[in-house]
Amino acid sequence: MSQRQLALILIAPGLLLVAALFLYPLGFSLVSAFTRPDGSLTLEWFAKAFELYSGDIVFTVIIVLASCLLTALAAIAIAGTLTLGENRWVVGTLKALYRWPLFIPFIVAAQCMRTFLAKNGLMNNTFVSLGLMDPLSATSFLDWRGIIATFVWKQTPFVALLLAGALASIDRATLEAGRNLGASRLRVLVELALPQVMPTLLVALVLSFVTMLSVLSVPMMVSGSQPTMLTVDMAFRINAYGDYATANALGVITYLISAGAAILYLKRGMSKEAAP
Amino acid sequence: MIRLASTAKAALAAALLTAFAFVLIGPLANLALWSVAERWYTPYKLPVTYGTRYWEQVFRPTGDAMASLGTSVWIAVLTVIVALALSIPAGYALARLKLPVRALFMVMFLLPQAFPSVAIYINVARVFYQIGINGTVFAVVLVHAAHGLVYSVWIAAAAFAAVDKDLELAARNIGASPMRTFVTVTLPLAAPGIIASGIFVFLESLDEFTGTFFVGVPQVTTLPLLLYNAAMGGNYQVASITALILLVPSVLFMLFIERFLRADVLAKVGA
Repeated sequence: MSQRQLALILIAPGLLLVAALFLYPLGFSLVSAFTRPDGSLTLEWFAKAFELYSGDIVFTVIIVLASCLLTALAAIAIAGTLTLGENRWVVGTLKALYRWPLFIPFIVAAQCMRTFLAKNGLMNNTFVSLGLMDPLSATSFLDWRGIIATFVWKQTPFVALLLAGALASIDRATLEAGRNLGASRLRVLVELALPQVMPTLLVALVLSFVTMLSVLSVPMMVSGSQPTMLTVDMAFRINAYGDYATANALGVITYLISAGAAILYLKRGMSKEAAP
Repeated sequence: MIRLASTAKAALAAALLTAFAFVLIGPLANLALWSVAERWYTPYKLPVTYGTRYWEQVFRPTGDAMASLGTSVWIAVLTVIVALALSIPAGYALARLKLPVRALFMVMFLLPQAFPSVAIYINVARVFYQIGINGTVFAVVLVHAAHGLVYSVWIAAAAFAAVDKDLELAARNIGASPMRTFVTVTLPLAAPGIIASGIFVFLESLDEFTGTFFVGVPQVTTLPLLLYNAAMGGNYQVASITALILLVPSVLFMLFIERFLRADVLAKVGA
């Protein structure tokens, strides 16, 4: 037996599991989205999906994009402070704090936010106690704002961790030179450090983007009402109507949205490689 | 003047840091408060009566929560066994043997994590329903293992790649068979990385909600499903206590991950 054959035999069981539980259902979802029960091709499930859920499609894209943008800003602020911060006390405290939500499950984050952001949650109560808010004007944030807050809270440590790692490994001399020439720390971060770690930031954001598109628990638990995200609509079509065709059409739409993010990332990578 | 400016700067930094800590810790503090609140209603800003009544209810040996905890841990252990049984040979092949289209195989293991998973799970549930295994522990373990395989395979491959080849050659030179070399030299040296990947898979399985929601219902109730049911049923105390139970392993792992996953292994993940 050659080494190649041995290698293929060793890897085969793992690949089989992925084929059975990912590739086969993926094919199943594509077939189901594009065919009638008699097997003929159709786009009517997509027409139905757009008719019923076009608002939710837009809502999902906006929520995920806004969450990614805010996550990026927060992660840059944290990673930038960790790398360029001069006050040891601030850097130390931040370092000890920021990673806490890293491995907290989404469903736990959702339960935390359900209580924290409620009309009488700890957030509004604290603001009222500090005199920053009038008790009567307290409102619940358990809608699109709650979903975005939960996503940003949960994903920022992940993006910041990768970004801080990348920032730590770039050449310090350039950054020191920039500082010596009188550039502010913010300018050094934005103009010298960030361009060098852009690939890492983008990978982390694309991964976060797909993760947010896949999460079912956060939109279900944090914001119960309409409009909602496509994951909830899919679960609803299945559990309430057993309507696999429309659910799978919505599924194909989520594949396309995440493919859009991946293509944007790859395109940037390629234009960079083509440049001298 | 300069001193005033630096004092203002320090005050600003302290204020920002406090705001950050509030945003970060606030939701967790609220969760902890709910777990010990026996009565809490408006307009009270803090619980009216504190107590451990709900903790006793959750930890009663006959309670739902203990049964769910047992189910969750049992599923997670089985998932780790399945994932490691598949990923130790696969990781070794990826790290050490000549493999055609190696990059494609690496991506194959990543795919289940790189696709929006709800659309996949609804079809897995449909297939499982047709073959009659929906709602069994076996079905949930399969779904969790497929989901966790990217971690276990990639980390196992990195761990095997980080083992010094000269040590294996030395063992072969003094007459050890390839199998014996693998069991007595390569595997023990790669063990810390493989254990780390096992912990990763264990946690992923413990925390997994979406797959269990579609494949496990109604017979299999893991902790995340219990949390979901309690939260949707309006029982904030039981939901918060369940969430706290799920928090413990996650936070411990966050604090100790660097001990398990050495930098030289981490640098090779995905390579």
